[in-house]
Amino acid sequence: MSSAPPSSPPPRPVPKLDAENRAFWTGGAEGHLNIVHCGDCGQYTHPPRILCRHCQSENVAPKAVAGTGVIDTMTVNHQPWAPGLEVPFVIARVALDGVPGVFLTTNIVNSPVDQVNFGDKVRVTFEQQGDIFYPLFEKAN
Amino acid sequence: MAREAYITGVGQSEVGVRLPRHPLLLTVDAVNQALADAGLTLDQIDGVFSFPGKAQGYLAFSPVGTDDLIEVLGIKSKWQMGAMEQPAQLSAIGMAAWAVKEGICRHVICFRTVYEAGGMANPAEYMPLQQKTTSGSSQWTSPFWATSAACWVAQYAARHVHKYGMTREQLAQIAINGSKNALLNPNARAITKEELTLDKYMSARMISTPLCLYDCDRFSDASTVIIVSAGDALDEIKATPVRIAATSGSVDRYSWDQVEWSAAYDAGPDLWKNTDYRPKDVDTVQFYDGFAFLPITWLEGLGFVEKGEGHKFIEGGTRIARDGELPLNTAGGQLGAGRLHGFGFAHEAVTQLRGAAGERQIPGDPKVAVATSGGGPMAAALLLARD
Ligand SMILES: [Zn+2]
Repeated sequence: MSSAPPSSPPPRPVPKLDAENRAFWTGGAEGHLNIVHCGDCGQYTHPPRILCRHCQSENVAPKAVAGTGVIDTMTVNHQPWAPGLEVPFVIARVALDGVPGVFLTTNIVNSPVDQVNFGDKVRVTFEQQGDIFYPLFEKAN
Repeated sequence: MAREAYITGVGQSEVGVRLPRHPLLLTVDAVNQALADAGLTLDQIDGVFSFPGKAQGYLAFSPVGTDDLIEVLGIKSKWQMGAMEQPAQLSAIGMAAWAVKEGICRHVICFRTVYEAGGMANPAEYMPLQQKTTSGSSQWTSPFWATSAACWVAQYAARHVHKYGMTREQLAQIAINGSKNALLNPNARAITKEELTLDKYMSARMISTPLCLYDCDRFSDASTVIIVSAGDALDEIKATPVRIAATSGSVDRYSWDQVEWSAAYDAGPDLWKNTDYRPKDVDTVQFYDGFAFLPITWLEGLGFVEKGEGHKFIEGGTRIARDGELPLNTAGGQLGAGRLHGFGFAHEAVTQLRGAAGERQIPGDPKVAVATSGGGPMAAALLLARD
């Protein structure tokens, strides 16, 4: 299985774009973290859907949210799941500010892993790979 | 009188790592063993249930479907079911119980076959093509290299560390207990060869904090079969029947990262709704341990302890040992006896309730057991009783 590690990190798996997820994965081109918002009940639906999961209204549209949040839970991953993947790194579940009930699984970047903790305030930073803008997060202070 | 459902036969193929035997043959081995155990013949079987059905895109995960068995065994099946979209592995047995209670079927083969170790040795035939793209639920995790369920369960476990003070020494008891019991399980010989010590556990490499190598089950090759029979068909059975006293399941959205608590906290309380048995009546628990943290969620979800207390209950390992107050995973669990993917827990519960567990038999003439499966947003539980 093992081979010489490639000189560059492996590409992130690429989400297959569709009617439901396109605004989420491409919003970073405009610097927007888009979450599906309901024009009728005002609540958010994530993962994105073409109807509101709270009131089943079809009057939904992606809405740019603040892009800040708090680390709800996290793990330091040590296992290279793909050849050449550099470890360790932080996988976190971020509770988004102003978007109650919505969490994003993401990576916390630009800090050593031992400087990342539960409750840390974080903000989005997009990493572009082709058409996709991956919403990663970094510490806000 | 309402019909009851019973487990009347259990069987398990050789359990190994990279077994040369074809997974369809492993399945037939387990079927034959379960039939002999129950005293049934194939012409008495009229239903076949499984989880998750044949996984065409990833055969190592599930290489045999209900159609395969019906075909090669010549079963005249009245009802079959093999689907991923059900609340975790043991729900296939729960649905078989409903089928016999409803009078649709009389004797049902339930099975789970895995070939994940053998599949690694033969990736062209058994493993998925290299996935550069992602869709469905995995798109919300794999782009961030949260590729494995290890990373998902780790985030639940990390919260127990942060919020309730769970230590690695406490968590270690699940894997240590599993290794001790596996050494007394003849079917686990290829998986566990020596007892896991706390020192060895503490120095193991991390996978995803707080889960280390020994907190994650290992790919294995095996088939496990459970035969479910109608209560009015027991005169055809030669083995000691074990009643399926209650079933429960829960799926709270299939989005691991959107749910606050794993589904064990919903399926747990539900298990006690349709039975007079209570946690204090339970003689042994067989809790899904694909990752070591999951039994802690079942201890809490089923009400054996309060939420946030599970790691304290297992501390030191004496309460969950074979001679403790609540013997856990007496065959070794998946950590000790291989990734049988859920069905091993039902197999061992029945074996213990029949007093047929040999060297690892728990004392005290056990009559009631709980077997569970699942983690994260899906969960299924069975309450089994020899009454
Ligand atoms: Zn709405």
